[in-house]
Amino acid sequence: MNQGQHSLADILRNDGGELTTRWLAAAGFERSQEAYASFAEEARGLLATLKSATAAGATRFDVDGTAWAGTRAALEALSAARAARGESAGTTSAFVLALKVALFEALPTTTDGPSLMRQVATLTQVVDGMAQWTVTTFQRTREDIISRQQEELLELSTPVIKLWDGVLAVPMIGTLDSNRTQVVMEALLQRIVDTEASLAIIDITGVPTVDTLVAQHLLKTVTAIRLMGADCIISGIRPQIAQTIVHLGIDLQGVRTKATLADALALALRQTGYTVSKAPVGARVAG
Amino acid sequence: MNRIPILQMGTALLVTIQIDMEDQTALALQDDLVEKIAAKGASGVLIDISALEMVDSFIGRMLASISAIASVLDAKTVVVGMRPAVAITLVELGLSLHGVRTALNVARGMAMLQESPEASLRVE
Repeated sequence: MNQGQHSLADILRNDGGELTTRWLAAAGFERSQEAYASFAEEARGLLATLKSATAAGATRFDVDGTAWAGTRAALEALSAARAARGESAGTTSAFVLALKVALFEALPTTTDGPSLMRQVATLTQVVDGMAQWTVTTFQRTREDIISRQQEELLELSTPVIKLWDGVLAVPMIGTLDSNRTQVVMEALLQRIVDTEASLAIIDITGVPTVDTLVAQHLLKTVTAIRLMGADCIISGIRPQIAQTIVHLGIDLQGVRTKATLADALALALRQTGYTVSKAPVGARVAG
Repeated sequence: MNRIPILQMGTALLVTIQIDMEDQTALALQDDLVEKIAAKGASGVLIDISALEMVDSFIGRMLASISAIASVLDAKTVVVGMRPAVAITLVELGLSLHGVRTALNVARGMAMLQESPEASLRVE
């Protein structure tokens, strides 16, 4: 019979609420705090799951065991709530680790040295395992949030705009990596097929820097557009970027470039056979 | 082995690739097409690949070489209807089909074959 484990089950069974109080005190919460009640509720819920796990005879905390499923779920809920509130992983795991202090204080003082050591070791293993699990899930929650935001950003940053009959435009915003270029390229090529546009304008006003890699991605997109049978103009090249392109020795020969989207549209209109002229004052449509 | 039919429309030859080509089929098409250009004195070749879902580097090279051979025989080649996925694949393979003219669909490709050579769109 595992003496230490027995003790943990005993402590939890005999607990009349003082464990929660000690835990919250160890975690540094004041009774006067507004959120105290909700923290206490959280702590009580966790202790209840821990109680049922140890009552079922579970000894060591593990991430797969069915006995600990309740505890794991409670910890996941806790860390997800903390992650959503923007607290750090450190604060979250510190809260769980504070349980250790409360449990140590609840150990029977009459226990002899060697068996006390065993009990401490067991309690430490359980609480540390819980804290680790909390950090793991905390991190996973954060990573989920980050990857979701990345996806949203990807979708946000790739609108394909119809500028004119047969003329599409893509205003690129942000740094161009291979992932984003791929998404933009696919969206643009699909729109070219759908609208049978003969010209696409890629506007890079919102691209902060152009290095060799970004230029390579741009050239790939241009080549793909041409393979489809449409033509391509790159616009929005700022003076500094023009300098960088030349200094880096990037060859944009064969790609038509314009300083602004307006210039590119003017060229596109000329190419598709449109002429734009100013109407006399009397013939203007009132706004 | 499948042979891809070559149709004549006026002075232009029309090839519609509707199957995923094997290397042998591609080579046979190249031979047939060159024979036909010479025999009919065709001034243009239109290759419709809108049904082609997959290309490899061999097919890509074949398109480029058909275009080159046709231009030696003084015929313009236009590749039309390339799918986005195919275009992306070719770019990733590093095949930009230099010198091959492209168009979005058969109608535009035909128009391209009929207009003056200076005004045509050329993939550089």
